[in-house]
Amino acid sequence: MTRGGIRARLRPSNLYTFTCLRPRSTEEGAHSFEGPGYTRLVHCNQPLLHKKKPFKYRSNYVSTTKYNVLTFLPKALYEQFHRVANLYFLGAAIVSLSPLSPFSAVSMIAPLVFVVGLSMAKEALEDWRRFMQDIKVNNRKVKFHKGEGVFGNKSWKKLRVGDVVKVKKDQFFPADLLLLSSSYEDGICYVETMNLDGETNLKVKRALEVTLPLNEDVAFKNFTGTVKCEDPNPSLYTFIGNFEYDDEVYALDPSQILLRDSKLRNTAFVYGIVIFTGHDSKVMQNATKTPSKRSKIERKMDYIIYVLFSILLVISFISSIGFAVKTKFQMPRWWYLQPKKTDDYYNPSKPVLPGIAHLITALMLYGYLIPISLYVSIEVVKVLQATFINKDRQMYDEETGNPAQARTSNLNEELGQVDTILSDKTGTLTCNQMDFLKCSIAGTAYGVRPSEVELAAAQQMATDLEDQEVERSTGFREISKQQEIELESVVISNDEMALKPPIKGFSFEDSRLMDGNWLNEPNADVIMLFFRILAICHTAIPELNEETGSYTYESESPDEGAFLVAAREFGFEFFKRTQSSVFVRERYSASGQAIDREFKLLNMLEFTSKRKRMTVIVRDEEGQILLLCKGADSIIFDRLSKNGRLYEEDTTRHLNEYGEGGLRTLALAYKRLGESEYSAWNDEFQKARTSIGADRDAMLENVAEMMERDLILVGATAVEDKLQKGVPHCIDRLAQAGLKIWVLTGDKVETAINIGYACSLLRQGMKQICITANSSDDREVVKENILLQITNASQMIKHEKDPHAAFALIIDGKTLAYALEDDMKQHFLVLAVQCASVVCCRVSPKQKALVTRLVKEGTGKTTLAIGDGANDVGMIKEADIGVGISGVEGMQAVMASDFSIAQFRFLERLLVVHGHWCYKRIAQMVCYFFYKNIAFGLTLFYFEAFAGFSGQSVYDDWYMLLFNVVLTSLPVISLGVFEQDVSSEVCLQFPALYQQGPKNLFFNWYKILGWMGNGLYSSLIIFFLNIIIFYDQAFRAGGQTADMAALGTTMFTCIIWALNCQIAFSMSHFTWIQHLFIWGSIAMWYLFLFVYGMLSPTISGNAYQLLVEALAPAPIYWTATLLVTVACNLPYLAHISYQRCFHPLDHHIIQEIKYYKKDVEDQRMWTRERSKARQKTMIGFTARVDAKIRQLKVKLQRKQPSSELQSPAR
Amino acid sequence: MLVSIVFIPIGVVSLFASRDVVEIIDQYETECVPQNFRNDKVSFIQSNANKTCTRRLTVTKLMKKPIYVYYQLDNFYQNHRRYVKSRSDSQLKDNSGWDEVSSCKPEDMSNGQPIVPCGLIAWSLFNDTYNFSLNNQQLAVNKKGISWKSDRDRKFGRNVFPRNFQNGTLIGGKSLDPTVPLSKQEDLIVWMRTAALPTFRKLYGKIEWDLQPNEVIHVTLENNYNTYSFSGKKKLVLSTTSWLGGKNDFLGIAYLTVGGLCFFLALSFTVVYLVKPRRLGDPSYLSWNRNPGGH
Repeated sequence: MTRGGIRARLRPSNLYTFTCLRPRSTEEGAHSFEGPGYTRLVHCNQPLLHKKKPFKYRSNYVSTTKYNVLTFLPKALYEQFHRVANLYFLGAAIVSLSPLSPFSAVSMIAPLVFVVGLSMAKEALEDWRRFMQDIKVNNRKVKFHKGEGVFGNKSWKKLRVGDVVKVKKDQFFPADLLLLSSSYEDGICYVETMNLDGETNLKVKRALEVTLPLNEDVAFKNFTGTVKCEDPNPSLYTFIGNFEYDDEVYALDPSQILLRDSKLRNTAFVYGIVIFTGHDSKVMQNATKTPSKRSKIERKMDYIIYVLFSILLVISFISSIGFAVKTKFQMPRWWYLQPKKTDDYYNPSKPVLPGIAHLITALMLYGYLIPISLYVSIEVVKVLQATFINKDRQMYDEETGNPAQARTSNLNEELGQVDTILSDKTGTLTCNQMDFLKCSIAGTAYGVRPSEVELAAAQQMATDLEDQEVERSTGFREISKQQEIELESVVISNDEMALKPPIKGFSFEDSRLMDGNWLNEPNADVIMLFFRILAICHTAIPELNEETGSYTYESESPDEGAFLVAAREFGFEFFKRTQSSVFVRERYSASGQAIDREFKLLNMLEFTSKRKRMTVIVRDEEGQILLLCKGADSIIFDRLSKNGRLYEEDTTRHLNEYGEGGLRTLALAYKRLGESEYSAWNDEFQKARTSIGADRDAMLENVAEMMERDLILVGATAVEDKLQKGVPHCIDRLAQAGLKIWVLTGDKVETAINIGYACSLLRQGMKQICITANSSDDREVVKENILLQITNASQMIKHEKDPHAAFALIIDGKTLAYALEDDMKQHFLVLAVQCASVVCCRVSPKQKALVTRLVKEGTGKTTLAIGDGANDVGMIKEADIGVGISGVEGMQAVMASDFSIAQFRFLERLLVVHGHWCYKRIAQMVCYFFYKNIAFGLTLFYFEAFAGFSGQSVYDDWYMLLFNVVLTSLPVISLGVFEQDVSSEVCLQFPALYQQGPKNLFFNWYKILGWMGNGLYSSLIIFFLNIIIFYDQAFRAGGQTADMAALGTTMFTCIIWALNCQIAFSMSHFTWIQHLFIWGSIAMWYLFLFVYGMLSPTISGNAYQLLVEALAPAPIYWTATLLVTVACNLPYLAHISYQRCFHPLDHHIIQEIKYYKKDVEDQRMWTRERSKARQKTMIGFTARVDAKIRQLKVKLQRKQPSSELQSPAR
Repeated sequence: MLVSIVFIPIGVVSLFASRDVVEIIDQYETECVPQNFRNDKVSFIQSNANKTCTRRLTVTKLMKKPIYVYYQLDNFYQNHRRYVKSRSDSQLKDNSGWDEVSSCKPEDMSNGQPIVPCGLIAWSLFNDTYNFSLNNQQLAVNKKGISWKSDRDRKFGRNVFPRNFQNGTLIGGKSLDPTVPLSKQEDLIVWMRTAALPTFRKLYGKIEWDLQPNEVIHVTLENNYNTYSFSGKKKLVLSTTSWLGGKNDFLGIAYLTVGGLCFFLALSFTVVYLVKPRRLGDPSYLSWNRNPGGH
C-alpha cells in the first residue's frame, strides 16, 4: 500500500468544518424501535445463519427482465391481445372454425399466428438482452470473508446477508452495506452516488467508532455482531437501525450505509457488512417498471381503427339486415336454393337467427377493412428502421466504440415529432471536466485561447458577414475586417494547439505567464499570490503518478482539480498534504531554484453552496498569517476592503467577458492578518466549533463571516466546463429546428447558468427571470410570493415590445417544489412555455420526472428526455421518448431509455434526420395501409349488395389471403423503410424541415380522411367499372361470358395494379429495392395466378387455368386493367399536381432545387436559403451571433448619422 | 397528357369494335305464357301443359358467323353463398370421387344414393331449348365448344356419368343423359360457371351461318325454366363478337372520359403554368419565406 501511505496518516475529518462533524451518535444511545417495519435482523459475519428461515432473505441475484421462461407465454400473449385489433382477429379466427365463416379457417388463423408470433419474438429478444445485462451484473466479483480472516472472491449474486465484504477503490458496492472501517484510520470513505442522484461530488461516509479497529483482513476472524434495522424500503436518504457489538448497542444512521450501485472513490478499501441484498437494496426498491410507451401516431392509429371498426359494424349491420330481409321476403321464392330444406342459417321463416349469424359472417368478411397486416408490417418496418439507426456510421462514436442504439423500436416516428427536449447537464451536455482557460490577475487578462463558444461564434459571424458583404456593397466593412482579424487569431491559435500535447484540465495559453515568464510581468508579486491561492486554497489530496513522476489530484470538485493542475503548470506544485500543512514546490522563485515551501494550515472554512466561497488561513514560512479566499465574484466583491478594490473595475470587465464566453468564473482574494487579530478570532471560532446545539452551524457561519471581510482582490479565474464535443452546434441546430430545450440539472444555480451560457442557451442581453423561494417558514407566504413572481414575469413578457427580446427562466429545486404543486403548475407552465430557454437547477430525480410530466401533459406536445446517469432514469421513463447517453457513467440511464446514443451531438442526427424520416415513413405507410384496405374491403361490400347479402366473396379465398401477406405488403414495407423526402444532408442543412413533424403535417385527420376518401373512390371505381364492363357481355372471342371467377380475378388484378401504382406515385425516393418490390408484387400476382391455375381443379376450383386460357388472351381484360388503374390514380395525381403548383411544401421545393441541380449552380441562393431556414430562435449560437450583429449595427448607425437609409431592415 | 394520348385512341377503337357487334335481344318470359295463364304464371310453368312457343326475330344488320346464342336470366342469384358452395369439384373431375357430396347440401343424396352431379347448381340447370329456322330451313345450333376448353378437358371428367340425377321428389331443372359423360355435357359445364351478378348471360350455342339484314328467324322454344317464382326475366340473345368480345360501348366511353379528363387536367395545369408560372425550385415558396414577419 504505497499509495495509501500518505493517506493512512490523514484523518480527513479534521479538514471539514461544516459537512463532516465528529460523530456524536454514540453518546445519544440506540434508537428504540419495535414492531412492524423494523424486523430485519442481520447476523454479521455469520452468513450461514441466513441460509434458512426466519433469517433467509432474498439473494443478491438481480433480475430486471419482464418475463421468465414460465411466465413468458401467458404474459406475452396477454400483452398481445391487449390490442383491440388482435382481439378482434382472435375472435374471427375462432369463428372461422364454424360454418359461418365466409373463408376457410386457415386464411384467418395463419396471419394472426404470424402477427402475434412476430411481436412475441421481438419481445423475447428484447427481454433476452436485459437478461444478458443482468447476468453481467450478477457475475461481478467481490472479495468476501471466507472465514478465519481469509478473504476470497465471490460473484455478486452469491452474496448473502451477513457477509463481510471488502470493496476496493473505484468498485461498485455489490449490495447495501454497513460501513465498518476504511483505509483511513478514522473510518471515513468517499462515495460517488452518481448512479443514485446524479451528483458527481463525493459524499463522505463514516464508520462507527467501535468498528474502526476492524481495518485488516485478520481482524474479522472472530468478529460477530448483529444489526437490527428497518425493512427494505425505497428511501435513499433515511436509514434507522441498531448495531449490537460487544454487548453494547449503537445507533446507525444513513451515514454508515453504503448503497448498492454507488462507487467507492479516493479510498483504498472499505470493509462492510451486507445488510440488504438484491431486490431488497434501496436502489432496486427505487427501480420503477418501465412503462410501455406508444407513439402518438400509434395512438392515433387506434382511433382510426375505431373509426374503421364503426364503419365495419355499420356495413355489417346493413348487410345482415339486408340478408335477413332478403331471406324473409325473397328467398322463399328462390326455388333454386331449395328454401324449404334449409338449416338455421338460411331459414326464411326465422329471419332473425340467420340475420345474427350473418352479422358474424359479415364482420369477418369485411374484416379486410381492419388491416391485420398493418401491425406486423409496422413492426417489421420499425425493426428495420431501428437497424438503420443502429448502423448509422455518423452516429458511431469512435472513442468509446458505442453506436447509437434504438432499444425499443416502437418510438421511431415519435422522434420526428419532438417539441421539447429536457436535458440533463452533467455528462450529457458537459464532460464533467474543467479546463483552466483564462485568468485575470491584477487587472490584466491572461490567456489567449478562445473558449469553444467564442471560437464557434467567431467562425459563424465571419461566414455570415461574408454573405452580407456580397449582398450589400456598402456598410459593415469594418465589422467584417474586425471579424477577419478575430478569425485569423482563432486560426492561429488552432495551429498552436495542435503542437502541444494537451494536459487534462489545462488549456491555458499565454507565454507571458508560462515557463516562469510571469516574473517579468509588472505585478509579479500579485501574480505569485494568485498562484499560491490556487495551490493552497483547496481540499484536494495529491497523488504521485509513479510512471511520470508528476502529481495528480483527487478533489471533491473538478474545478479544484483544474486549479491545481494550473498551479502546477505555472510552477506552484502542490505535492503533499499533512494534517496541518500544505506543501508547495515553487519552481520559479526569484532565486531561480525550486523551493519546497510549507504552509501551516491554521483554519479551513470550506465551500458550501450557501457560502459560495472557501477560505483557508495559513501561516507561511516567514510566520506571516495569510487568509486566502476564493469564491463567486459577487460574494467576494461584497467583502473587499476599500484599498482592495484596485483592480475591481478591470476584473469585473474581464469577468463579464468570461461569462459571456461561457466560462465558469471565480474571484480570488487575500488578506494579511496580524497575530493578535488572528488569535482573537481563532478563540471565537474554536468556541463555536466545539459548541453543541442547534445554533452551532449559525454560530460557525457568523464567525467565518467576521473573518472573511476587508479582502484584497487579486484576480479571477475562468474555467471552461468542457462541453461535450459538438454540443453548442447541436443545440443550435436543434433550436433552429424549432425545438425547445430545457435543462434540468442537479447542479448549483451558478453552474447551471454558466453552462447555459456555454451552450448558448443563455446569452448576454437575454432577460433572465429568476424565480426563487424566499426563506420564510410559512408555506403559504412562500407560495404567494412565487405566484406573484410568476405573474409578474408573465406580465413582463406580455408587455415586451422588442421582437428580439428573449427571456430565460431560471428556477431552483426548492422553488420548483412549490411551483409544481397542483394549483401553481399551470401558471408556471404558461410562463415557462413563453421563455426561450428554461433552466431548472438543484432538481431531484423525482422533480425531473415531475417537470417532464408537467410539460408532457400540460402542453400535450411530445417530450424527449436525455440524460446519462441513474438520476435521469425517472425523467427518461416519464418522457415520451427517453434517450440515454451510453458514455462513461453507469448503464442505468441507457437501460431505461428508448434510444441510446454515445454523445449528445448525435441527437441532432437522430432527430433531424432519422426522426424526420421515420415520422414521414410511418405516417405515409399507415395512411396508405388504410387506403389500401378500404379500397379492397369495400369492393367486397358492394358485391354483397349484388349477391343478396349472402356473404359470398367475389374473390377466391387465396387471393384474399395473399392480398395482405404477399401482394401488397412488400412495397409498403419498402416505403416504410427506405422512403426519404430529402437526403440526410439536406435535412441537416434545413433543420426547419423538422417542423413538419411537430406540426404533424402528414398525419392529421385531414390527411387521413383524404386517404380514406381516396380509398373509397378507388373501391367505387374498381368495382363499378368492372361490373359494368363485364356484366353481361362476352369477354372472350369465343363468345363466353364472364363468370364470377373471371370477374373477381379481373377486379383483383385492377386492385393490385391500382394500389401498387398508387404507392409508386407516393414515393419520392427510389432504389432498386422499391422497384423490385412494387413491380415484383404485380409480377407476383400474375405468377401466382398462373401457378394456381396449373394446380388440380379440385384445389383451384373455378380459377383453374383462368389466366392462361381465359383472361390473358382476352384484350378486354388488359384494357379494363389499364382503364381502372389510371382512373383510380387520377385524383391523387391531380391533387399532388395541384398541391405542387399552388401550395408546395418545403420538401417539394427542395426536391426541385436538388433535381435541377440548382444548389450546385447557384451556391449563394442555396446558402442564403439555408441561413433563412433557421427558425427565428432565441437560443443557440445563431441567436447569439444575430444579437451581436444587431448590436454592432446599432453602433454603426450611430456612427453614421448621415441619413443613409440603406441600412438593412432586418 | 400522355395518358390522354394513349386513352383516346383506345376508346375510339373499342367503341368501333363495339359498334361492329350486332345484337338481337328478345324477351319472351311473358309472351310465351298463354293468355289464360298470364295471371298465374307459376302454376303454368309447374303444370304439364305444352310449353312450346314460337318467336320471330328480324335481323337488323348483317350478322357474320359465328352468331352466338345466349340466354339471359334476370334476378337469379347464382352468386348466393348457399348456391355457390353447393357443388363438388372432386366429384365432377373423376369417377373415383363420385360419393364426395358433403359440400353439396341440400342436394347431395337422393333415395340414399349420392347424386352425380350433386349440388344446387347442377340441380337447377337451365332447361329452355331453342330451335332456329330461317325460311323454313332449320338453322343448326352448334353446342360444341361453348364451354371453356380447360373445363371440358380437366374439370369435368370423361368417365363421370350422371347418376341418380333429378330423381328426388323435387325436380329442379334439366335432366341429363346418363350415358353421356359430364365432359360432353357442355350446357352443364357452362351453367356450372356461376355468374357474378344476378343478371347474367350464358352461352347456349353457336349458329354457323351468316344472317342477312331483314331476314326473319323463327325460334321455336320450349319455355320450361321457372323464373316466374322470383319474377325473373328471360331473354334470348343473338350476338356476334368483335376482337374485344360482345357489345360493350361502355368501355369505349369510359376510355374516352378518362382520356378526356386527363387531357383537361393536363391542359388546365399547362394553362396555369403559362399564366401564372411558378419557377420550379423557386426558393421563395419555402415556408420560411412565405411567412410574413420572419426576419
